[in-house]
Amino acid sequence: MKLLRVENLKTYFHISEGIVKAVDDVSFSLDDGQCLGLVGESGCGKTTTALSINRLLPPEGIIEGGEIYLESVKLTVLSDVEIRKHRWKDVSMVFQGAMNAMNPVMKIGEQIAEAVVWHQQVTHQQAWNRAKELFELVELEPGRIGGYPHEFSGGMKQRAMIAMALACDPKLVIGDEPTTALDVMVQAQILNLLDRLRKTLKMGLIIITHDLSILGETCDRIAVMYAGKIVEIGSTEDVYDRHMHPYTHRLLMGFPNIHRPKLMPEPIPGSPPDLIRPPSGCRFHPRCDYAQEICQEQEPGMTTAGNGHSYACHFGGAFNG
Amino acid sequence: MKRQYLAKKIIQSLVTIFFVLVFNYILFRVMPGNPLAMIMRNPRASQEAIERTRELFGLNQSWVVQFWIYLKHLFTGDLGISFLYRQPVTEIIVARIIPTVLMVGLAQILAIIVGVFLGVISAWKRGSRVDVAALGFSLVTYSMPTFWLGIILIFVFSVSLRWFPTSGMLTPGQSFSSTFAMVRDAARHLVLPVLTLSLVLIGEYTLTMRNTLLDVLTEDYMTTAKAKGFDDNYLIKKHALPNAMLPMITLIAINLGLVIGGTIQVETIFSWPGLGRLMFDALKARDYPLLQGIFLLITLSVIVANLIADVTYGYFDPRVRE
Repeated sequence: MKLLRVENLKTYFHISEGIVKAVDDVSFSLDDGQCLGLVGESGCGKTTTALSINRLLPPEGIIEGGEIYLESVKLTVLSDVEIRKHRWKDVSMVFQGAMNAMNPVMKIGEQIAEAVVWHQQVTHQQAWNRAKELFELVELEPGRIGGYPHEFSGGMKQRAMIAMALACDPKLVIGDEPTTALDVMVQAQILNLLDRLRKTLKMGLIIITHDLSILGETCDRIAVMYAGKIVEIGSTEDVYDRHMHPYTHRLLMGFPNIHRPKLMPEPIPGSPPDLIRPPSGCRFHPRCDYAQEICQEQEPGMTTAGNGHSYACHFGGAFNG
Repeated sequence: MKRQYLAKKIIQSLVTIFFVLVFNYILFRVMPGNPLAMIMRNPRASQEAIERTRELFGLNQSWVVQFWIYLKHLFTGDLGISFLYRQPVTEIIVARIIPTVLMVGLAQILAIIVGVFLGVISAWKRGSRVDVAALGFSLVTYSMPTFWLGIILIFVFSVSLRWFPTSGMLTPGQSFSSTFAMVRDAARHLVLPVLTLSLVLIGEYTLTMRNTLLDVLTEDYMTTAKAKGFDDNYLIKKHALPNAMLPMITLIAINLGLVIGGTIQVETIFSWPGLGRLMFDALKARDYPLLQGIFLLITLSVIVANLIADVTYGYFDPRVRE
């Protein structure tokens, strides 16, 4: 059985300006112990997808359609009380710890222990011992457990955030930009740590990022999102080396590659579309170099390229010449 | 680290107090009016008598010496003699502290409890009918002039309904059969002034509490806490309130310091025998020594309240301790 199945998920935000179709018909799945990378520009719906799984959306965000299954549990129909039991215990999240994701006036150890106490029948002391174990697991000095977030560096905070996410042995961990705002060295350390933990603890992992370059060594599969839709999904090798969507191609051209000749990375022209009134047809067509008439009129369906690799483009691979 | 923080704050307060003393001294020297004329009260006093008085009060000394004498007397608790009451200022003030603290203290406690509660409810139920009602109530009471609110309350509850007395702290001329009877009488007198003062404060506390809590609720750490599966009650108590209370601590402490002086309106309207009313009377009679004493007490209480705010803030927020 799949660990996670997201089927035709539609999450819309109802704001005064209109309805923002932040996530529009998104489907993907994840096996036990697998790592999926969810990549795209800011505002493409990747975080909204993640928050929909745990139903952590703000009041104006509503799941309008589709289903999300965690193993056999249909998360989308659970009551508020029931979904709370699954949060953190089954699906936990690693937020951008370098920012403000931890309570500034509460000891970090306490922030780990409180989750353990809440979900498991343990004493406060046992929960603190668990927090110490977790500190060692993420290679933090257990003596620092009584510290406050402001006493930790960015990388340490991110490690503490990971320790917190592992507190209740979750089946699935979602990292929402877990390495953003960290310097490159620390970024690599954190990704290695996540990768190692995923393999030893055999948990599912979803990494959300805007930086496609960091996913290569960590992820089994990558889903590329654009304007609320998945435009390409496949194994890491397929997406890196045999990608078919012009947007994926653009993203990969957007960072320097030491194996390629020295060229200035090319930015993607234009800006992400307005999701209240998304472009007709293919949502990427206004920024696409290969767009033709059909792209304005008809939304491309998913084309399968074999081995679980599929893409949504009328002219897949056009950039290859 | 903690001791250092405390020491630093105390030293800062002491420096402030010194500047207040200097200012308080200078302020009354530059005010119009000749102190000798005030003391003598006799336009036909002989030159000799005037000279004697000048010497007696040290007015023939240079201002540096006068300031030194002022400081020396201050530290022995001698604030001079009131022109109006012909009694030591210290004695007069001390007698008035208890009624003020009683009234203001009760009003503060009531306002803090109700204000924090209303603020939390309306922030949590943002946009609901409860929120709109609490917000409307707070805006109205907060923007109402204190003296006007007091007069309205007197009109409704004392004049029309005759539930509570209009003024004073005890019914004049009444002898009480027991302490209980006296407490009961004082309690009846307390209701209206306490209500007036706390209504205004409730508005202020509710609005501040609501705003800070709304800010806190959108913080990333609240999403983290929600992702951990906690219920609303736990989220508010353990994560939102400890953060949202920080600005409230400052506000409450500063209000505590200010209310002694800020109750002039309430105390005057209800003829409450407290410091505010004393200040009003002293002002009317141009009783400089008494005014000086009251000013000193008010500024001191503001400084002490700020010190308390700093220290409590340090206790609740680990980030400011260093």
